[in-house]
Amino acid sequence: MTITKTKRTGSVIFSEYKSGESIKKALSLKRDDILFEMRTSKLKGRGGAGFPTATKWMLAAASISKEKFVICNADEGEPGTFKDRVLLLEYPELVMDGMVVAGYTIGAEKGIIYLRGEYEYMIQSLEDYLENMRRENLLGNNILQTGFNFDVSIRMGSGAYVCGEETALIESLEGQRGEARNKPPYPVNTGFLGRPTIVNNVETLCAVSHIVVKGGEWFKTYGTDKSTGSKLFSISGDCKYPGVYELPWGTSINELLDKVGASHTKAVQVGGASGICLSKNEFDRKLSFEDVPTGGSIMIFNETRDMIKILKNYMEFFVEESCGQCTPCRIGNKKLLEGVKMIEEGTITYSYLKSLRELGHTMQVASKCGLGQSSPNSFISITEKFKDEIFRYGNGGNNGK
Amino acid sequence: MLLAEKNSLTEEIERLVEKYGSNRSSLLPVLQDIQRNHRYISEHAQQEIARVLDIHPVEVYSVISFYSFLNTKPKGRNIVRLCRTITCDLAGKDSIVKAVERELGIKFGETTKDKRITLEFANCLGMCDQGPAMLVNYKVYTKLTPEKAVEILNELK
Ligand SMILES: Cc1cc2nc3c(=O)[nH]c(=O)nc-3n(C[C@H](O)[C@H](O)[C@H](O)COP(=O)(O)O)c2cc1C
Ligand code: SF4
Ligand code: FES
Repeated sequence: MTITKTKRTGSVIFSEYKSGESIKKALSLKRDDILFEMRTSKLKGRGGAGFPTATKWMLAAASISKEKFVICNADEGEPGTFKDRVLLLEYPELVMDGMVVAGYTIGAEKGIIYLRGEYEYMIQSLEDYLENMRRENLLGNNILQTGFNFDVSIRMGSGAYVCGEETALIESLEGQRGEARNKPPYPVNTGFLGRPTIVNNVETLCAVSHIVVKGGEWFKTYGTDKSTGSKLFSISGDCKYPGVYELPWGTSINELLDKVGASHTKAVQVGGASGICLSKNEFDRKLSFEDVPTGGSIMIFNETRDMIKILKNYMEFFVEESCGQCTPCRIGNKKLLEGVKMIEEGTITYSYLKSLRELGHTMQVASKCGLGQSSPNSFISITEKFKDEIFRYGNGGNNGK
Repeated sequence: MLLAEKNSLTEEIERLVEKYGSNRSSLLPVLQDIQRNHRYISEHAQQEIARVLDIHPVEVYSVISFYSFLNTKPKGRNIVRLCRTITCDLAGKDSIVKAVERELGIKFGETTKDKRITLEFANCLGMCDQGPAMLVNYKVYTKLTPEKAVEILNELK
């Protein structure tokens, strides 16, 4: 295995942190004080959807139930994302401490890490880490003699991207097919086994650990007004230095390309296969919830790359990973893939292409979960922004352009 | 299947259910362990799991069929999953495919005659900064070259 531990630097997530620090601090505070810090920080979920973490936690804290759950979403399956891999392997203390803090704050005694099947090789080191925490009384019964009980178990996925969607994840934990549920009800009220449950991304929980120790005001000094703190970006594709980078929200695509040694860049896919594709004239746009929001997947393509081939790869992914439960997504993705193949064969007409884009817009509103709602994004953005590449495949005759 | 084998499988399933609990939410961990130990979940195993967890065998089958890492037909002793997603693709996945297929004399989706290796594609493995990447059973290999990939496979028992 080629996991090398490099010393990473960054302003928030990769800043100094001693394991157990946030647990010690949190257990000395009232639950409301922690919620207050969280609200001050304006932290938004790092799993892609960007829901305010404090709101989620307040709703779960307010639910009355004899049992509640904290779930760490480590299903990381979006093409081009690997930051959670780095956090779990190199910074387990931030993740686990964040889970304990979450449990204390909402009144849960059980935490579950839902780890994607592809990451099974991490299990041993994570289990060892948890065992160590139990020895140090940071986990288990009567944590640090405060009377608070909390333990964490690890559950594996089995190779299904849609299980990263929080309600599909819960279905999977309950021993079902990983098919997304209708919302509402939301997991904060009716989650795992019908109990109030918060599902948070790995990186979100890491941010929590820092916020509890250093304060919501400190966190807010980084980033922009609506996108506070920093973000981990998983950077891959055509550049000299791919990897995980911690950058402030508000960083522009150009700045990022500079940093990772990318040159002759033609396109940047932000947010994975379900994200959007940006072309050259958009590289001054900023990574942030206000402008280009993202869970952190950045894939860089240089001028030699064929955008139609790239789009085909994305659409194949969605056809394969759709759970098939609802029609717009099950049929829609197949239609879009067929469309890409027609482009390749040079047999598409511009009016059909237009109707496929309209189908994409329908999928965005009519699909049941985020998979089908976002899978048309790359089809729409690539076919709009790279028209000359469609033309190059011989579509549209001489007047096609 | 021999009676003794059947009984030992039943015992194994009962042990797993004891370990994970007899409720429905134990289904996936039980299936995953059977898959790990036997490389597939036989019809008999499905029936026994259904019986012990008190659910219908069709439900068990339906769950297995949903997850790409679970299967009801025997596969090779080693399962190789090469990433076919875009950054690994651009980093040279196709040349790995060619070399490996030629070396083993089978295509992706197939198992060698001696049941040594099953070749499959997988979607993004979370190693996109180090592609092309593949999983061999539960181990991950990165920055593959055709030669390196073949060497890794040749060492499998
Ligand atoms: C198809 C699909 C896949 C998803 N995969 C993940 C994932 O791998 N990890 C993750 O944290 N969130 C994923 N999400 C988002 C989750 O549903 C949920 O919003 C998130 O876990 C909430 O955590 P956060 O608020 O901390 O971001 C996915 C959503 C969809 C629609
Ligand atoms: S949108 Fe797709 S993945 Fe989501 S529920 Fe519908 S078919 Fe399943
Ligand atoms: S694209 Fe192959 S590991 Fe992500």
